Amino acid sequence: MAHEHKLEIFRGLVKFKSNTSKIWGVLIFLTIVTIIEVVLGIYKPDMFMHTWITPFEGGFFATLGNIILSPFVYMKPLNLIFIVLTIIKAYYIAWDFMHLRDETGSFRKMIVWTGVFLICYLAFILLQEGGYVFDVYNGEDSLIKRDF
Amino acid sequence: MNSTVATGTEEKTWGGGNKPLKASYGKMMMWFFIVSDALTFSAFLAAYGFSRFKFVNEWPIADEVFTHVPFLHGQELPMIYVAFMTFVLIMSSVTMVLAVDAGHRMNKAKVTIYMFLTIIGGAIFVGSQAWEWATFIQGDYGAVQTKGGNILQFGKNVTEDGVEKFKRVSIEDLAIPIADVRVEHDRSNGLWFREEATLPPYSVNEIYAGLVANENVLVRTQLLDENGHKTILSREESLKQIKENGKLVVKGANLQVNEYGTSLFADFFFFITGFHGFHVLSGVVLNIIIFFNVVLGTYERRGSYEMVEKVGLYWHFVDLVWVFVFTFFYLV
Repeated sequence: MAHEHKLEIFRGLVKFKSNTSKIWGVLIFLTIVTIIEVVLGIYKPDMFMHTWITPFEGGFFATLGNIILSPFVYMKPLNLIFIVLTIIKAYYIAWDFMHLRDETGSFRKMIVWTGVFLICYLAFILLQEGGYVFDVYNGEDSLIKRDF
Repeated sequence: MNSTVATGTEEKTWGGGNKPLKASYGKMMMWFFIVSDALTFSAFLAAYGFSRFKFVNEWPIADEVFTHVPFLHGQELPMIYVAFMTFVLIMSSVTMVLAVDAGHRMNKAKVTIYMFLTIIGGAIFVGSQAWEWATFIQGDYGAVQTKGGNILQFGKNVTEDGVEKFKRVSIEDLAIPIADVRVEHDRSNGLWFREEATLPPYSVNEIYAGLVANENVLVRTQLLDENGHKTILSREESLKQIKENGKLVVKGANLQVNEYGTSLFADFFFFITGFHGFHVLSGVVLNIIIFFNVVLGTYERRGSYEMVEKVGLYWHFVDLVWVFVFTFFYLV
C-alpha cells in the first residue's frame, strides 16, 4: 500500500527523510512548546502580566480600534501567548499526527473551516454574554449583592 | 479498505466502493464525528469561559489549586504534574502515529508494540487524572463559606528567604475543638429523619476560636486586586467576617461547594476533565480491541491496517482536546 506523505514542516523549512523521523521531529517541537508554556506559567514574567495597550478613549474609531485590537487591549500578553502556542500545538497535532497534511485539500477545509467557524462563533457569543453578566452583577447600579 | 464483494457496479459513480475526496467511508465518518465532538468540548470550554468572565474578579487561581505531585508531599509545585500528564498524552499520541505508520508498511510486529505502548500511555494518563481528582476532592487547607456563598481562606504573613509572603494555614491547625458540637444524625436516632450527609470536619465557632487564639492569622477573600492577587483582610476585618458571615466550614470539593472559590470552578473541573477522562478511557478500550485484532492478524488477512488509522484519529483527537483543556484550565 503506497501512502504519500508530505515530509516538510514549517513551510518547507525543515524536510524530513522519512515519515518516522518527521513524527519524532514534531514530538520534539511539541515538547519544546509545552516546556515554554509551563515555564511561563510557573514564573509569570512581570512584563507579560499587564496589557501593553490601554483601551482607546474617544469616538467611533476608538471603539473600532478596541474591537480590532481586543486581544492586545483587554488580554494579558501572557494569556495571549498561551492561546497562540496552544493553537500552534493543535495545528501540528492535526496536520502531522492526524495526517491532515496528506488529505485532499477540500476534505481538510471541510473539517477545519467548519469547526473553526462554529467554535469561534460559540466562544464569541458566550464570552460576550459572560462579560455582560459581570457588568450586571458589578455595575454601579446593580441590584444584586453577593458579598454578605 | 477496499470492498471485497464484487457487485459489478464498482465502476459507476454511485455504485459503491467509491472514495469521495480520496478518503474511505470509515475515515471520513470518524472525521465528522471528531468535528461534532470538538463542538461538544468547545461548548464546555466556552461555558467555562462564560462563568469565568461572569466572576472574573474572583475566579480561583489554578496555580494555587493544582500544586500537588505524587510522592512529593507538602511541596508546592504548581503545573509540574499536569505538564507530566500532557507529556504522557503527547507521547502516547506519538506511539499511535508510529503504529499507523508501521501499519502502512504492513509491519505487524511493530504495530503490536506501538499499540501496546499507546495503551500503557493512556492508562497512565487516566490513572494520573484519577489521582488529580482524588487530591482535588480531598482538599488542601480548607476554608469557611459565608452566607453569600463566598469563600474565606486563612493564612499568615511569613518571611521566607528574605521575601515576605502569605502562607496558607489549614483549618486543622487553626480549629480549637469545642465540646458541644452537633453530632451527625444517623438512622438509629430518628423516627422520621433517616440520615444526613457527612458533617463538615469543624464548626465555624471552632474556627473562630482558633482565629482569636492565633493572632497572626488573617483571612483572605476571593477578590483579586489589580495585580491578580487575592485580597487579604486586616486582623479586625478578618475576625468580623468569620464571626458575622461565616456559615459553613468547607474542606475539599464537591459539586455544591469547594474550598478553592466559586462553586462553578469545581463543577467545571469535574465536568470538563471528567468528560475528557471518559474519552480517554473509551479510547483505551477501543485501542485494546484494535490491539487484539492486530495480534490475531485480522488486519494482516484483510490486507490493510486502516482500522488502526481510524482509531488513531480518535486517539489524537483526545490529545488535541487535552491541549486546549490544559491551556484554558491550568494556564490562562
